[in-house]
Amino acid sequence: MSLVLEQVSKIVGAETHLRDVSLTLERGSLNVLLGATLAGKTTLMRLMAGLDVPSSGRVIADGRDVTGLPVRRRNVAMVYQQFINYPSLSVYENIASPLRVAGLPRAEIESRVREAAALLRLEPYLDRKPLQLSGGQQQRTAIARALVKRANLVLLDEPLANLDYKLREELREELPRIFAASGAVFVYATTEPSEALLLGGNTATLHQGRVTQFGPTPEVYRRPRDVVTAQVFSDPPLNTLRAVKQGGALALGTGGEARALGAFAGVPDGSYLVGFRAHHLELDPPSGEAIVLPSTVTVSEITGSESYVHLACGGHAFVALVPGVRRLEPGTTVDASIDPRRLFLFDESGALASGDLAQAA
Amino acid sequence: MRGRTLVMILYLTFLMVPIYWLVNMSLKTNQEITTGLTLWPHRITFENYRTIFTDPSWYGGYINSLTYVAINTVISVGLALPAAYAFSRYRFLGDKHLFFWLLSNRMAPPAVFALPFFNLYSAVGLFDTPWAVALAHCLFNVPLAVWILEGFMSGVPREIDETAAIDGYSFPRFFVRIFMPLIASGIGVAAFFCFMFSWVELLLARTLTSVNAKPIAATMTRTVSASGMDWGLLAAAGVLTIVPGALVIWFVRNYIAKGFALGRV
Repeated sequence: MSLVLEQVSKIVGAETHLRDVSLTLERGSLNVLLGATLAGKTTLMRLMAGLDVPSSGRVIADGRDVTGLPVRRRNVAMVYQQFINYPSLSVYENIASPLRVAGLPRAEIESRVREAAALLRLEPYLDRKPLQLSGGQQQRTAIARALVKRANLVLLDEPLANLDYKLREELREELPRIFAASGAVFVYATTEPSEALLLGGNTATLHQGRVTQFGPTPEVYRRPRDVVTAQVFSDPPLNTLRAVKQGGALALGTGGEARALGAFAGVPDGSYLVGFRAHHLELDPPSGEAIVLPSTVTVSEITGSESYVHLACGGHAFVALVPGVRRLEPGTTVDASIDPRRLFLFDESGALASGDLAQAA
Repeated sequence: MRGRTLVMILYLTFLMVPIYWLVNMSLKTNQEITTGLTLWPHRITFENYRTIFTDPSWYGGYINSLTYVAINTVISVGLALPAAYAFSRYRFLGDKHLFFWLLSNRMAPPAVFALPFFNLYSAVGLFDTPWAVALAHCLFNVPLAVWILEGFMSGVPREIDETAAIDGYSFPRFFVRIFMPLIASGIGVAAFFCFMFSWVELLLARTLTSVNAKPIAATMTRTVSASGMDWGLLAAAGVLTIVPGALVIWFVRNYIAKGFALGRV
């Protein structure tokens, strides 16, 4: 099916949880909702599912207005961040539960449950109670229950957030594949930009109850419409700095100066907000044209194969993500540099003014 | 170590003496009870128990008491389940005040309500029926059951309700099939407290009955015959009155312990 949200808002008391969200989710598509906690991801999913009714706007499934239709009468499946199963039923009965309610024949239930259990590697645990399983197995039970139902709309609300690292990697790869065959609209909420990129599909970035951009994931990542979208879709956080272009010269907010090249080449004179991602800020001497930011190291964190180096430069704080182990003592001075082609420029209103999609990524 | 054991034995003896004395008396003849102090029955007799189990005015009392206690427990828990669910899951106008008011009902002594109940039930023809006592006891037991169950229900994540709705469960089916098993110990605890309060309550039970639905506790307090007090018989009745409560406590003891840990008890 396809799911269309038209100008949907959700207001609870004096608080606006969602404002004027319009989205079109195509049949068989994978859609990622990306945003920080409290950005409105869960609220949006609950409206899509029919667990809540929007304060205004319409929800249309396959051309039919389902705005007020309760969740019982829709064909949706949902998996929560917390592992939600029926504690009093066995794993088998948990997975079978939506089929039993639907009144399917016993043989059909049996085969579908076995199939889902095999796919999620739950076969040895079918006779156990959910609370006797590990967290990962519990969540896989919940996913299996969502899967057997063959719902038109599958909502996964940060399903992997509470799982350990290895299992996340595994399930993240498997989930889109498992659900892809069903033709359902697949919605996946996450707080992590890297997860959105790994899943692919389409991404809607949410910030304070608004969808700031919706489009194919790589495109949203490479060409964010505005500074908020770029910030939501950056981890570590987007580095920002003000710069004023005057002819061929740039006056940087950190006090330095540079030549207006790369992203600055095609824009009129004026003041811009410059954004650049942490992995584009380099600590080695630049090979070509570069904007140099003389900085002092404040902290360096080493995560094994990469290092996060926190820098202070003219009253600004930047983060550089550099490959390899770089053990820099706090207080060390370095000339950090950035290729001007890799910059995003945002105008006064925050909208993207320039930024080459291939290069800036 | 020996000191501790000694203190424990003394304490238990202290607790057990009245019960022992009751059992002791119930196995004696009236003559033995009244003529002197004997620490154990010198001539054991089961005559007192035989009287109770054969005389309808005695065993009828037990049947009456158990009848209204059972009715009351079923009504209280049956009403409290949906009420507690509403308090636990929905926000509605005045919900907090209503919840508190329900609780404060428990704080008034039963005597306050004896007169209005007596008058009301006489008027509608409920007087001297087990229903009169069962309904009157609901005044205390429904709020108590709501309060206990609300605690247990709030311990169940709301997402389970939603998952059931997503799976297509109708509300009644979800409630019985999914939800009630999750709060089974809460239901056990609530039922136990309803049973206990209804079983030991005397004032309303006595006021609202005369002959046909007379509870055992009332029978016991009224047994003074022309020949004086029938001590042995009363003691036997007392022993038998302890038994149902002790049985119920034995069956729900694990739930109660769980209730202390999880819920509201």
